[in-house]
Amino acid sequence: MIFGVSEHEILSLVLTALRTLVILLGCVIMAALMIWIERRLLGLWQDRYGPNRVGPFGSLQVVADMMKIFFKEDWIPPFADKAVFVIAPAIIMVTTLLAFAVVPFTPTWTVTNLNVGILFLLAMSSLGVYSVILGGWSSDNKYALLGGMRTAAQMISYEVFMGLSLLGVVLLAGSFNMGDIVESQRGMWNVIPQFPAFVIFLIAGCAEIHRAPFDLPEAEQELTAGYHTEYSGMKFGMFFVGEYLGIVLISCLITALFFGGWLGPWLPGFVWFFLKAFFFMCFFILLRAATVRPRYDQLMSFGWKILLPIALLNVAITGAIVVAQS
Amino acid sequence: MKNAAQNAVTATSSVLRTIGMTFMHSFRKRDTVLYPEEKPYLPPRYRGRIVLTRDPDGAERCVACNLCSVACPVDCISVVKTEDETGRWYPETFRINFSRCIYCGYCEEACPTYAIQLTPDFEMGEFDRQNMVYEKSDLLIAGVGKRPGYNFYRVAGMSVGGKDKGEAENEAEPIDIKTLLP
Repeated sequence: MIFGVSEHEILSLVLTALRTLVILLGCVIMAALMIWIERRLLGLWQDRYGPNRVGPFGSLQVVADMMKIFFKEDWIPPFADKAVFVIAPAIIMVTTLLAFAVVPFTPTWTVTNLNVGILFLLAMSSLGVYSVILGGWSSDNKYALLGGMRTAAQMISYEVFMGLSLLGVVLLAGSFNMGDIVESQRGMWNVIPQFPAFVIFLIAGCAEIHRAPFDLPEAEQELTAGYHTEYSGMKFGMFFVGEYLGIVLISCLITALFFGGWLGPWLPGFVWFFLKAFFFMCFFILLRAATVRPRYDQLMSFGWKILLPIALLNVAITGAIVVAQS
Repeated sequence: MKNAAQNAVTATSSVLRTIGMTFMHSFRKRDTVLYPEEKPYLPPRYRGRIVLTRDPDGAERCVACNLCSVACPVDCISVVKTEDETGRWYPETFRINFSRCIYCGYCEEACPTYAIQLTPDFEMGEFDRQNMVYEKSDLLIAGVGKRPGYNFYRVAGMSVGGKDKGEAENEAEPIDIKTLLP
């Protein structure tokens, strides 16, 4: 007994802290590796090589880039709102990393087994909007502001279908707990009964982390660099790592919610989870390589006029079936 | 309604087809030439590093006429003329500043004696800008370049030993450049 706490409790506390640290580091390292993987894969699909000089197959390119970005001048424009300008890139990192807390990598490896896991996820990804809006606003730059405004509209509207598409999964599992949802897919992966929900979640997730083809907030051709026009050095790097963390997060979510998470024969659970999640990370890159960016009004009307009704229909039908079966 | 459904099908299938087509590029040959390991073929007429050539007898072709210097749009060629004991013109200095040169090849076109020529070599990187300034000793090569067998004075004629052009034995009259008649 130390300070009235039993040794068993301390041990479990330390173990939890360690597990959290490993998951945190793993996610950040995976996000950093995504930069290299993305460049290599884009190269592959555009009939070129991509970075292949630094280290084996260019895999140390990330290290070189990180070193460069750390030693860059950390410049804040004199016209910017300093405090907000500095906080903005941190928000996206923090919210995305917090969202990883409820992702069940294996039955035992999750930071917290929250019973409202999905709600927590949606809340965190909604808070991520602040990063982009504040970044765009505090830059005091018209391109950044336009990018931030677009993001606000895009992320808030796609949030709706993202939540609605997950309702079907929740109905089937009868729980908001991510672990329970994965366990409920033992018989059949959710992607089969919930295929429309999967498609909507894929699209909405893509819009949520503003990846191409939904990268309107930073559309280079029209907005210079969108909300991070004025950012440089490590603050710019944070936005980017945040974006790649977003890809990892959405891939993990698709895996856990629709593709049975750690479930799979022969291989250990974590390997299955990683393989499935990695497939979707690559798929997001393929989407970027293949698709074109829609116009802003097209994006909005596509969301509200097509995805919302489908998501609502999906919820209604799933609900009816669940009620009829019980 | 039917049109909308048709549009939806067309749009969806076109997006899926695009994704599929892009994915099929995984199995294509990559177009990149991995440069330092694999040198690309440069045709003989490629406009790269500039050289000063010699005629087949081994004498310098350059007559220090300064036409290349005049033709140069970025003024990167500087020539100072001198004469040998027979009165033939030579460049005393011939200096090209390759940090200015745009490799347009106008100097080669302007040269009446085919002395100045561009070669298929572009690997001229230097850490110090001053090292990009090439002197005559750096430019002059031992060979004839792209014009084997050409000797300006064999074609144009030359006054030798007190005899003017066309006055030596078995030598044809020089062409009268002031008339149009053959």
